Order: sequence, then structure tokens, then C-alpha cells
Amino acid sequence: MSEGLIELRGVSLAYRTASGPLPVLDDLSISVPEGGFTAFVGPSGCGKSTLTRLIAGLTRPDRGEVRLHGEPVRGPRPVVGMAFQNPVLLEWRTILRNVLLPLEITRTRLSKREQEARARRLLALVGLEGFEEKRPSELSGGMRQRASLCRALIHQPEILILDEPFGALDAFTREDLWKLMHELKAEEPFTGVLITHDLREAVFLADEVVVLSGRPAKVQRCVPSGAAGRRDIEHLYTAESVALLNLLRREIEIAQGRAPAGSRAA
Amino acid sequence: MTGSKIAAPAVALALTLGFWEWLVWANGWPDYKMASPSDLWPAFWKFRHLFLVQGWETLWRTVAGLGLAVVFGVLVGMAMGLSRMARDGLYPLLVGFNAIPKATVVPIVALMFVGWHDFNTVLIAFMISFFPIAVSVSIGLSTLEPEYRDILRALGASRFTVFRKIALPKTLPEFFGALKVSVTLAFIGTNLMEIVSPHGRGLGALFDSAKTNSDYPLMFAVLFALAALGILLYYVVVALERIFAGWAERPAS
Ligand SMILES: Nc1ncnc2c1ncn2[C@@H]1O[C@H](COP(=O)(O)OP(=O)(O)O)[C@@H](O)[C@H]1O
Ligand SMILES: [Mg+2]
Repeated sequence: MSEGLIELRGVSLAYRTASGPLPVLDDLSISVPEGGFTAFVGPSGCGKSTLTRLIAGLTRPDRGEVRLHGEPVRGPRPVVGMAFQNPVLLEWRTILRNVLLPLEITRTRLSKREQEARARRLLALVGLEGFEEKRPSELSGGMRQRASLCRALIHQPEILILDEPFGALDAFTREDLWKLMHELKAEEPFTGVLITHDLREAVFLADEVVVLSGRPAKVQRCVPSGAAGRRDIEHLYTAESVALLNLLRREIEIAQGRAPAGSRAA
Repeated sequence: MTGSKIAAPAVALALTLGFWEWLVWANGWPDYKMASPSDLWPAFWKFRHLFLVQGWETLWRTVAGLGLAVVFGVLVGMAMGLSRMARDGLYPLLVGFNAIPKATVVPIVALMFVGWHDFNTVLIAFMISFFPIAVSVSIGLSTLEPEYRDILRALGASRFTVFRKIALPKTLPEFFGALKVSVTLAFIGTNLMEIVSPHGRGLGALFDSAKTNSDYPLMFAVLFALAALGILLYYVVVALERIFAGWAERPAS
């Protein structure tokens, strides 16, 4: 078996809480190939965000191992970029300076001028040309999320982790950003990890969809999305995609304990 | 726009003074009952030198006490905001301490440090004003959404870098909000000490001696001088806020 860029092997984790340990991840083994895009879906509170924190090196597993490029992850590394549902832009900085923030932390070979040129190019790519000097509060929710994506990509991370990034946006804005994600991936190659509760989003963006069971999360099922790389919104309306969405919906119901495992689709 | 910003308060002030003058005149109140605005100016002029000297005495002790309150309040607020244990331990203590009316502390402090007038006054100004600062900083830090921390931590940033780049600037608006309250409190503290335990310095002492001499217009004049100093300090804080946390102001629409 060839080794993926991201490898989780037998990973388990429990949070220590006041009322005893809370098992969140149970013996997870996952592989994401380089350049791949994997979506994780599962009941809320099952441990999806915890999974992203493990990959980012922000949390360490109790058992098992997380590897990037075959190297065990021992802590945070700047090869990761993150974006969340909350764009968490810094209100006292302009959009441009928000996007530049990661370069103040990571070591970069770029000169100040090159950094700024790169930030401007990314902003133009996501359609924020002309908003470089604006404050975050002057932008709409969708525009803020675009800026947040630029910030996540500015330091050319190998891995882009998206934790329910479009959850707070209206349906039309969300579709725009889905298409934007494909454009970004073509321009700025990365390996994608997407957490979402939107099955259409998972099928539209990812190469593979992993369904996690309820807490503590196990891998319940891995399903290829039937497409790789760029695709059109029409992809969601093909017979294969509709069948896939039905299958995923059934798996989620099983994960939530609302349907018996016997009712599983083929 | 700016014209009305100056004109509106000026008109309001003129109307208030006019009404006051009229009230005293209409009721025929004597000076010892209620001085009128027209009595104030002579009092100011007569004691102009004292006002300058004593005003300065009050001002520097207030600012010194406030400075201490900022340093101590920010440190305590940081401890409480960054460590859950420190918060659980210190919070009840702070609340209890803050609940003590400072007028009762003044004589105790005056007895404890007999003769250390500067120290006493600065101490009371400090004690009365650090609480809002400590609370606001601790709340600002402890309510920082974890995602803010994670975007930098994921890149390998240290806790200190996260604090400097995100937590600290994000807390500035709360800090200045508290400082506006504290500046007034510190001022009250200084005057409490000057009046309750007179050491002959500061506007409080001037007030006290006016009282002893039954110079009612002078007492009122001192009140006005105190108000003027309070306003001055308050707007210094507002100016600092504009400079350091102006981004938090929503553009007027
Ligand atoms: N730092 C923490 N300490 C204790 N419990 C936590 C912590 N973070 C998350 N949890 C709990 O662990 C579970 C999984 O959390 P999370 O990974 O955020 O789930 P998801 O992203 O799938 O909704 C939740 O029940 C949550 O309450
Ligand atoms: Mg989550």
C-alpha cells in the first residue's frame, strides 16, 4: 500500500473532562494521498474538529500515530493552512495585512514586496481586488471567508484544512465558494481536508468522502466521490451523484443512530 | 458637523448656568445656601494661584495612582484571563475587595502610613480604580475564540506571539472602556484622601479649608475645578483610545 501524504494509524483520543475521560476518536486509520481532497462527514460533536487539530499538530493522540510525508507529527508545522466557519479576521488590520499574517510567523524567503505581491495576487484570485485596504467589518460574510482562504494559503501550505468553512453562508454564496475552491486548487496545489455537514459540498469538492460514526468517531465508511479535480455544479445532478448522496445520507442516519446498520445501501 | 459638536455642549452648558443663576436669584438664596455662577469667577480669580498649585497636586497623584492601577490591573487581568486556576482563585478575592466602600479604607490607610501623604493618596487612587481594568482585561482574554489562537498556533507560533499579535490588540477596546471608568474612580480616590485625611494639599484640601472658612463660593468653585480636571483626564483617555483602538469604532452611517 502506497503511503499517503497524511496518514493516521490507529489513532485514539479522549478529552479529560470534569466528569471523567470523554473518548472522541477511536482507532481511526485514514490516508489522504498527496494532491487529494478528502471530506469528512459525521454527526455533530463526533470529533471532526478534533481530527483536524490532530492533523495540524495542535493536539496529540493518546494512541496511534499521525504522519505527514511518513514523518510522525510532533507539533504544529507551517505546512498546514487552516480556515474555519468563523473567518477570524483581525479587525485592526486591513484585509491585505490579515492575509499577510501567517508570513509574520513562518520563515519565508520572500521579500516584503514579494510577500505583498503574492497576497494581492491571491486576493485578486478570490475576487477581492480593490478590497486590500478595507477593514474586515466593511466586507460581507462571503468576502470575509474569501479573505480567510487567502490567509490560509499565503504561506503555500501543503495541506489545507477547512473546518465547516462555508457553514454560515447563504446557499448562493456557498456555491460560488465551492467553485472558487476548485479554481484555487488548480492555481495553488494543496492536499485538502474538508470537514462539512453538507453532503453536496462533500461530493462536489472531494475525491473521497469519509463518514465518521457518532462519538467516539470511527471510520464508518469511505466512499469515492466519482470525480477527481475540477467539476461543474452539474456534477451534483448526475444519476451517480444523486445515488451517492442518498447513500451518504443513509450512512449519516446510521452514524446518528437513527437508522439500523442493516438498512445500509450497497 | 464639527461646528455643532462644539456648539451643542457649549449651548447646553450656557443654558444650565443660566438656569442655575436664575434659580438662585429667583429664590433669593444667600451665598451660604447656594452660590450662583456669577459668584464663582471672583472666587477663582482670588485664589487662582492656589487653584493652579492644588490642581496640579491632585492631578499628578491621580495619574500616578491610575498608572499603578493600569500596570497592576493588566497583570492581574492577564493572570485571570490566561489561567483558569488564577481566575477561580482571584476573582472572589477581587470582588470582595472591590465591595468595601473605599471611604472606610481611607482612615485606615491614613493611620497605617501616618505622614506618608503622597503614598497614601496615590494608594487610594490606585485601590479604587484597578478593579475595572483587571476585570475587563481578564474577560477580553478569556473570551478569545479558540480559532483565533489556532490560526497562529497551527503555524508554530508561541503562546507569547499569539498574545502579542492577537489577544492583546483584541482586548484594547475593552481595556479603554474600563480605563474611562477607572480614570473617574481614581479621581474620586484622590479627593477622598484629600478631604477625609487632610494633608493640606490638593483640591480636596482647598475644598476643606473653604468649608472651614464658610467660603461657599470657593467650595463651588472647587467643584468646578474638579469637574474640569475630570473632563480633561477623561478626554486624554478618549484620545489615547482613538489612537490605539480606533479600529473598533464602527464607521458612522
Ligand atoms: N478541549 C476540549 N475538552 C473537552 N472536551 C472537548 C474539547 N474539545 C471538544 N470537546 C468535546 O469533544 C467532542 C468532539 O468535539 P469536536 O471535535 O469539536 O466535534 P465536531 O467538530 O465533530 O462537532 C464534543 O463532544 C466536544 O464537546
Ligand atoms: Mg467542529
